[in-house]
Amino acid sequence: MIVAVASGKGGTGKTTVSASLASIWPAPVIAVDLDVEEPNLHLFLNPVIRDQKASYIDIPEIDEERCTRCRACTDICQFKAIGIFGEVVMTFPEMCHGCGACWTICPENAIAPGKRELGQIVTGQAGPIEFVMGRLRVGEAMSPPLMRNVKRHLGLDPTPPDRDIIIDAPPGVSCPAINAVMDADVIVLVTEPTPFGLYDLALAQKAFAPLEKPMGVVINRADIGTRDVHRHCQKTALPILAEIPYQRDIAEAYARGQIITEAVPSVRPLFDALVKRIAGLANPPSPSEEVCHA
Amino acid sequence: MREILILSGKGGTGKTTLTAAFAHLASNHVICDLDVDAPDLHLILQPDTHTTEAFESGHEAVIRPEDCERCGTCLDACRYDAIQGDDPPVVDSLKCEGCKLCVALCPADAITFALNHCGDWYQSESRFGPMVHAQLFPAEENSGRLVALLRQQARAMAEAQGRDLILSDGPPGIGCPVIAALSGVDLAVIVTEPTVSGRHDLERVLELCRHFKIPAGVIINKCDLNLDQANDIKAYCRTQHLPLIGELPHDQVFTEAMVQGLTVTEFRPEGIGAAVEAVWHAILKLGAKPAPAKDQAAIG
Repeated sequence: MIVAVASGKGGTGKTTVSASLASIWPAPVIAVDLDVEEPNLHLFLNPVIRDQKASYIDIPEIDEERCTRCRACTDICQFKAIGIFGEVVMTFPEMCHGCGACWTICPENAIAPGKRELGQIVTGQAGPIEFVMGRLRVGEAMSPPLMRNVKRHLGLDPTPPDRDIIIDAPPGVSCPAINAVMDADVIVLVTEPTPFGLYDLALAQKAFAPLEKPMGVVINRADIGTRDVHRHCQKTALPILAEIPYQRDIAEAYARGQIITEAVPSVRPLFDALVKRIAGLANPPSPSEEVCHA
Repeated sequence: MREILILSGKGGTGKTTLTAAFAHLASNHVICDLDVDAPDLHLILQPDTHTTEAFESGHEAVIRPEDCERCGTCLDACRYDAIQGDDPPVVDSLKCEGCKLCVALCPADAITFALNHCGDWYQSESRFGPMVHAQLFPAEENSGRLVALLRQQARAMAEAQGRDLILSDGPPGIGCPVIAALSGVDLAVIVTEPTVSGRHDLERVLELCRHFKIPAGVIINKCDLNLDQANDIKAYCRTQHLPLIGELPHDQVFTEAMVQGLTVTEFRPEGIGAAVEAVWHAILKLGAKPAPAKDQAAIG
C-alpha cells in the first residue's frame, strides 16, 4: 500500500503525520520525502544515511560543427532552451525540461543528451524504517523531474516493492503535489480548522479528485479556529480520519524535531486509530460485509 | 519603485498572515499574491475584483482516436510515460509536459496540440489598495510563468498609479515559482519559526537568495515556541550577516483575527498589532537603505 500525506496549505503538519505514521506502521515501511524543495522528514526520523547520489536530467549538447542552423530544434522546443542568434547556437540548460525532442528530431544528429544536476537522492535507515529523500539543488527550478527520479529509484513504476510506502508530499496543489500523490493508494490530507486551511483543503480535493483515489482528512490543531472544516468534510463526504488536538507539548516536541507519538504518549491511540482507518480506506469492506456491520 | 517579497521556504510559518498586516500598514503600494497555487491573501483582504483574465500557458497533446493509426511511435517517444494504452493510446494530461515531441513524430498527424488555459489572474481593489493575484487551476503547471506575469502586471499598475512599493506574498519552497518571485526583488523578508524544520528551510531559502544576489532579512515568528531554537537561529543570522528584522510571539490572536477576516493589526492594534507594526518599520528601514558594498558581498 502507498499512502501519500499531502495538504494544499503548507505547515499544517504533513511531516508530523508522516513521521508518526512511519514510526508506528505495523508492517515493513519505506518513508519517502517527496517535498524535495524543503525536505524535513529526516529531521524527525534521524536516519543513518547509507547513500547520497546526484540525480540528473538530460539536456541538449550541441555539436556546432555538425549543426547546420536549420532551426528544427528551436522550432520544436517548447521551453525556450535553445536559441540560434545569427550563426551562434546557444542552449539555456536551466530552461530545459529534458523531453528529448531536440535530439530526436535533429536531422543532422548534431545534438546529444548531456546532463544537469537536479539534486540528490538520499537513502538510509531509521531503525526498521527504510528512508528515501529527494533534495533539490538550491537554484534548480524544477522539482517534478527529481521527484520522478526518486520514484523510479523506489521502483514505483511499474511495480511497487514488497513494502508499504508513506510519502511526505510537498505543499500546494499544482504539478509537484500531483506528482507526489499520483501513485498512492490512499491520500491523507492534513489541514487545520482555519479559513486558510479550509480554502486550501478544498483546492487539494479538487486537484486530487480526478485521480479517483480514496481520500481522508487529518485535522491538526483541531480545536483552534472554527468548525467550518468539519462541516465542509461532512458536506463533501470526505472522511475525517483523525483530529490532533492543539497542545503546547505537541508543538514543542515538533519544534525540537521529535516524533510526537514518541514524545507525547497521549496522542499514540489517535495515530493507532489513524493507521486502521487508512487501511480501511485502501481496502473498503465489500457491500456484504457492510450489511453484516449494519 | 521597490519590491519587497515575503518568503519562508517552509509553509505555515506565517507569511500570509504577516503580509496581510503589512499591506494594512504600508502606504502607496500595490499588493501582490505570488502564491498562485494555494493563494490565501485574498481571504483576509477580501478585495473586489474588477478584471479577470485567462492565463494560458503551455500546450497539451490530445490524440484524436479517429485519425490514430495505432503505430505506437508516440508511446515509445514520450519520456514522461504520459501516453498509455494502444487502442487508441491516450495522453494522461497530468503527466503530459507539453513538449510536442509526439505531435512532431506522429506519422498520421493525429495529435492536437492545444493551448492550455491553466488559471485566471485578477486585478482587484482591496481596503488597503490595489491588488494583483491569481488562481492556478488545481493540478496545473506553469506556476513560474504566472508568477512572472503577476509581477509584470503589478509593476505596470504601480507605474500607472504612481505607487512606489510592491508588497508580495511569496510561495513556499525554493523551486520554480519561488525563483520567479524572487529574481530581481529589492528585499526578501524570510519568515521562519524556531523549529528544526523552520531552521532547516531558512538555510535553503537563504542560499537561494544568495544565489540570485537578493538582500534578505529574517523574522522569527512564534519565537517563544522553543527558546533554544530561536537563539540558535539568531546566532545563525549573526554568523551569516543576515539582519534579524524582528521576533513575534506564538499567539492564538493571529488565528482569531484570521477567522474574523481581519489583519492582526486591525483586530488587535495594541499589543501584538504594535509589535507587528514595529517589525514593518524595521522592514522599511532595511528596504530603504541601499546595501553597503560590504553587506552586499556578504549577501551575494
